[in-house]
Amino acid sequence: MIEPVAPSVPLVSCVGLTKRYGSFTANDAVDMTVQQGEIHALLGENGAGKSTFVKMLYGLLKPDAGHIELLGKSIELADPEAARAAGIGMVFQHFSLFEELSVLENIALGTAGARADKTLADRVEKIAAEYGLKLELGRPVWTLSAGERQRIEIARCLLQNPRLIILDEPTSVLTPQESENLFASLERLSEQGAGILFISHKLEEVRRICTRATILRGGKVVGSADPRQETARSLANLMVGEGFADVRPPSEHARGTAMLEVGGLSARPDVIHGMPLNNLSLDVHSGEVVAIAGVAGNGQSELFAALSGEGGEITAGTIRIGGQDVTTASIGARRKLGAAYVPEARLGHATLPQRKLSENMVLSWHDTENIGRAMIRFDRLKQATAAIIKRFDVRAPNSDPRAAQLSGGNLQKFIVGREIERKPGLLIIDQPTWGVDARAAALIRQTIVDIAAAGTAVLVITQDLDEAFEISDRIAVISAGRLHTPLPTRQTNREAVGLLMTSHRSDHGEGEAA
Amino acid sequence: MGLALIPRGEVSRLRNVVTPLLAFAVAIAIAALVLLFMRKSLSTALEVYIIEPLTSSWGLQEVILKATPLTLIAVGLIVAIRANRWNIGAEGQYVIGGLFGGAVAIFTHGNGGFWILPAMLIVGAAAGMAYALIPAVLRNRFGISEILSSLMLVYVAELLLDYMVRGPWRDPKAFNFPKSVNFDAAATLQPIVEGFKLHWGVIIAVVMVIIFAVLLARSLFGFAVTATGEAPRAANFAGFNEKAITLAVFAVSGALAGLAGIIEVSANIGQLQPSISQGYGFTAIIVAFLGRLNPIGALVAAFSLSMLLIGSETAQVMLKLPFDMTRAFMGLLLLSVLAGEALTRYRLVWK
Repeated sequence: MIEPVAPSVPLVSCVGLTKRYGSFTANDAVDMTVQQGEIHALLGENGAGKSTFVKMLYGLLKPDAGHIELLGKSIELADPEAARAAGIGMVFQHFSLFEELSVLENIALGTAGARADKTLADRVEKIAAEYGLKLELGRPVWTLSAGERQRIEIARCLLQNPRLIILDEPTSVLTPQESENLFASLERLSEQGAGILFISHKLEEVRRICTRATILRGGKVVGSADPRQETARSLANLMVGEGFADVRPPSEHARGTAMLEVGGLSARPDVIHGMPLNNLSLDVHSGEVVAIAGVAGNGQSELFAALSGEGGEITAGTIRIGGQDVTTASIGARRKLGAAYVPEARLGHATLPQRKLSENMVLSWHDTENIGRAMIRFDRLKQATAAIIKRFDVRAPNSDPRAAQLSGGNLQKFIVGREIERKPGLLIIDQPTWGVDARAAALIRQTIVDIAAAGTAVLVITQDLDEAFEISDRIAVISAGRLHTPLPTRQTNREAVGLLMTSHRSDHGEGEAA
Repeated sequence: MGLALIPRGEVSRLRNVVTPLLAFAVAIAIAALVLLFMRKSLSTALEVYIIEPLTSSWGLQEVILKATPLTLIAVGLIVAIRANRWNIGAEGQYVIGGLFGGAVAIFTHGNGGFWILPAMLIVGAAAGMAYALIPAVLRNRFGISEILSSLMLVYVAELLLDYMVRGPWRDPKAFNFPKSVNFDAAATLQPIVEGFKLHWGVIIAVVMVIIFAVLLARSLFGFAVTATGEAPRAANFAGFNEKAITLAVFAVSGALAGLAGIIEVSANIGQLQPSISQGYGFTAIIVAFLGRLNPIGALVAAFSLSMLLIGSETAQVMLKLPFDMTRAFMGLLLLSVLAGEALTRYRLVWK
């Protein structure tokens, strides 16, 4: 399906691509070449310029200087439409799918001139078979896992017969098994001559499937490497540019009183396809980090909503914070008892995307901090914002940017910082480093470990098993809305926890898998 | 094949400033073309629509008087729209405000007393507020679209007014004309300066603009309103109660519409009659958007639209232009501004 071109001609060459925002240079004369049939990794910290680069390649941004050559011919990409016409396809980190529509209908909606009919179904099935994409075309999207949803996006992309496929953090929502399936499809694509630009923070998987890597730092290309010849650590060093530290384990400290006590909690979700919570019990004491591990969609969001008081209808059980019953209390009342929350979605939940950081401080500060009563003291918030930006190394284009202007990792550092500045007795944090680069993730994990050592009770909900093992004192697995008894992290291992994550057990809560 | 809107990668600041001005110019140009096709004199139109209302004392006062209810109502609507709540029924709340505020004047007819006027204003605002809370409660309790219910309540309000002035509250000495008694001086908002027409309602409107400009920009309430409109999940995360916000923004917009109604009845009409509005409640929606959902912007927009409305009265005589033409011009203006706003964010392409 891809027209043959002499394989020695580079598929895409970017020459001197430059993008400036005011005085800030996001991409500074970036050169990069992707060969035909190559799986090419684009590595870099958040804010290194990866998104800017990819957006220029996909026609979402216009370069200020430099040009792009496709198969030796210079091309102008006015918009994504033009990029697709030229044979450049992209699979975004966040899916844009309609939950209630079927797989085929979603594919038709994303494909110009297509209808959800037999012709399209045949085309999709042919492509799916060719690249090993398992798709059930008739199923509604809401019944699908993240991996299945991603395959819809990939199939959509492949319908355009792309020569170059850009994948942005494709494995961040996948189970290890689903990732393997994705890699197999990518390898088949590359065998057929398509080029793949693979953006990921997971250095191990970059080493596993990529044959070439370009590393960006501060908007410039600082090197390229063959990831198969490197270690994860040497790649990380190239990205960060200096010694890269592991999270320091906390010094021995006492486990204090129970800050969060959940007893027999059951809840009905607000949304139609949510996961009901079934008889959950859990304590988190001051001075410890408890991790809740599990595959996405097993009740994590519903648990977070129940613990924050944001939603869900609690049908049984109690929640206590600092010894007080808060089962029916508002999120403001819970904050007053010392709780702080970091939700999973950074934009639209933890922050108002189009508001400045100082304005976003109001969201979680107005109940407990002195920021004025009826009238907001924005001067104080600006000072507090500046302090957080400094303390948590938030890289921002100006002193008080809009939330949406920050890269994911920097925004997450700000959000975590906003909560920690309140000196909470209990911190509940959902997916602390989801889609965050290695350096920001390390800083956030270190912060979590440090505040626990200083006496805060921390509950971390995470899909990243490595993260759970790195920072937690105890691990509990959530599966199908039920919670297994927490196990001391040092007395268990990945295999045992992994088993609990995938087991569909009815005899829950005894912890015998340890 | 067809027209498509493609998002622009980024929007330059210059484009943000130039587009509304350009939109205004485009609207005027199209209106001028229409007038040309109708074989009307453009110089007379300029005289009638712009020069006379701005240069004669009579014209300027009339413009300000008409801008007063528009501004008051629009300020309230801005609060609601910022919270992403659609109060389309300001016209009805205006009528109810005039009706119940006017009732105070009717029942105290002949008594006098300094308290009558404040009582009328308070009752008018409270009645408008109560009437606006109906769609808010329906939305909160039953999930009924506030757009439809608030709009339909306009007709209920108008028919109620019609019934009252033809029935129970009709002036027995008015030879069966459908009108109430003429209000006493104690029930009439007086001119600020003797001999001029501008009354204290103008001051009230300006004060409200300032109050709500500050509230929206600086207060926790204003922040909660904007947050609810921009990102409901984040507002919920902040602990702002969505249902309480819905009630609050409807209460505010209803109270300001009711206040506008009683001010108009007391200061300009001086009695209750079957019609006490010239569609102010609907025109104010245009004012709110022309003012880009900013109270001070609404003040400017209300003044401009009111100029157009005053001009249209003269235009009916001088240019023999039907009033519907003015309505078309107002729609044209709104369309241009909205289209301009869309075109700052999207490119129009044929494909």
